[in-house]
Amino acid sequence: MTGTKSAPDPCRAVTLQSVNKSFGVGETFIKVLKDITLDIKCGELLLLVGPSGCGKTTLLSVLAGILDVDDGVVDVFGSRLDQFSQSKKTDFRRNSIGFIFQQYNLIPTLTATENVAVPLIVNKKPYDKALVKAREYLELVGLGDRADHFPSQLSGGQQQRVAIARALVGEPRLIVCDEPTAALDGETGKLVMEMFRKVALSPERAIVVVTHDNRIFGYGDRIAEMLDGRIIDVRENPEHL
Amino acid sequence: MIRIAMKMLMGDRAKYFTLVGGLSIVVFLFIQQGSVFCGLIGRTAKPVEAIGAPIWVVDKNLQVVDEFKGLLDTDLTRVRSVEGVKWAVPLFIRQVTVRLSNGKFQAVRLVGIDNATMVGRPPKILEGRIEDLNAPDAVIIGKAEMERLGNPKIGDTFEINDRRARVVGIADVPRDFLSNPYVYATFDRAVQYTPRERKLMNYILAAPKDGYTMAQVLANIRKTTDLAAYDEDGMRWLTMNYYMKNTGIPVNIGISLFLVFLVGMAIIGQTFYAFALQNEKYFGALKAMGTSSFTLVKMIVIQSLVVGVIGYGIGVGMGTMIGFLAGPNAKLAFYTPYQLIYISFIVTILICLLSSILSIQRVLRLEPAVVFRG
Repeated sequence: MTGTKSAPDPCRAVTLQSVNKSFGVGETFIKVLKDITLDIKCGELLLLVGPSGCGKTTLLSVLAGILDVDDGVVDVFGSRLDQFSQSKKTDFRRNSIGFIFQQYNLIPTLTATENVAVPLIVNKKPYDKALVKAREYLELVGLGDRADHFPSQLSGGQQQRVAIARALVGEPRLIVCDEPTAALDGETGKLVMEMFRKVALSPERAIVVVTHDNRIFGYGDRIAEMLDGRIIDVRENPEHL
Repeated sequence: MIRIAMKMLMGDRAKYFTLVGGLSIVVFLFIQQGSVFCGLIGRTAKPVEAIGAPIWVVDKNLQVVDEFKGLLDTDLTRVRSVEGVKWAVPLFIRQVTVRLSNGKFQAVRLVGIDNATMVGRPPKILEGRIEDLNAPDAVIIGKAEMERLGNPKIGDTFEINDRRARVVGIADVPRDFLSNPYVYATFDRAVQYTPRERKLMNYILAAPKDGYTMAQVLANIRKTTDLAAYDEDGMRWLTMNYYMKNTGIPVNIGISLFLVFLVGMAIIGQTFYAFALQNEKYFGALKAMGTSSFTLVKMIVIQSLVVGVIGYGIGVGMGTMIGFLAGPNAKLAFYTPYQLIYISFIVTILICLLSSILSIQRVLRLEPAVVFRG
């Protein structure tokens, strides 16, 4: 295939074929992703698990269009990211990807509403309209009464819910989450994941969550296990079959 | 994104006030040092303003108004005969010593003005009348530096070279670079106050006839008399250029201004860089969410320009306030020309832009993947 668009498959959100990624040269050369092949379906929440350093976050960065691959196919909703220029990838991320980070990365000088509105403002939506929509999403994650609070005035669980609202507000088709519960206690982590599944999952959207918090494994539809740069196992979660 | 940039900048109060405060002080110092320089250099030409004449005819080797190069009486006649000259009168300026009633001595600038026309008179008489200069031993003194003469009142006397001088008026005269009091007398009396010299007159003041341009008359005088001729502005610049070339004032103040620039760069650059480091993960998050590098650079540049404009406004306000509080004829040599305001604005913007280069480089090199590093 030579074009940048392939025929969209309604059931297939992400297709990775023989993806390789390495860092460094000479003595520092390290191959982080080795021949990764994986399909992620629409309406699916996929957990990417494995020990530290196995390549989970690198794989997440690749399918979010943040890192380039050495070779292989990265197809996200019909867009061949492996063939995109940097600026095209930037546009793609702006329009199609929602991010949830381990440390939330909420801008401390913006209120919860303003933080949620950031992806819309990045996408050139008028400021006031962006704030209105951001408030709607804060209501959705149960934080309507905290709309004007700054991140420092919110608990860890509340901050992560703000981050979830921020990831959803642009209505992206793919949401990538990096260790979303790592900074939360077990109970809060579960509550956040329950709420996340409820508000984020939809038939047109796919979610990829990197985690090694085995307490939340039950929230995934499938679990892909990585080891040493390879996917060694992909299993269905019987709870969600 | 501009609003977000502003909130990121101003939300961190400590850094924001450090940036604005630091820049305000830098601009203040720049304006203050620059105004002192302009004030000092401007004062070197104050004798020209204190006398006030359209045309100054001087010896062609004269470099500065404070030099006393004598002219011949025949030069006055020749200037009067030049085409386009309406009138020409002699002027006498010397540095002489006054003996005060308390026995102390004080150098003064003695100005002898034309007996008949009083051309060269002080710009404004505060007490007394200019005509009173025709009275015996009469002198008019300048108010600025008057305290050096013991703050004399009308009717008080002192001695100039053992000859009696009686104050008949007080004039508003600008302070000059040498800070000596001005004493005005008629030409004939001023000559008597000084030791006998072969050439007494050292300036000829003149004016152009109607229908002649200043440039034409100046050229005619130069061509016909082999003397130098300047309009008032030319005479001022002759003097100011002399002081700029032959004294350490420009170098000393230039070094100060350069140091202000360097310190400004260091303070603002360091704070901006710390600001960028602190916000790196948020810039990374914005980049991951699809903000282009160009937009991030624009955000940083706007942040630095906002700091620059606010800091500049406060700094200029503080700087010019000194001149305002000091007053127009204060001892402090302080003059803020509009050019200095423009130059300081350019310097401020330069400091801000150069300071933000490090932050911009960092943001440009920033990998959005940094956001996934816990």
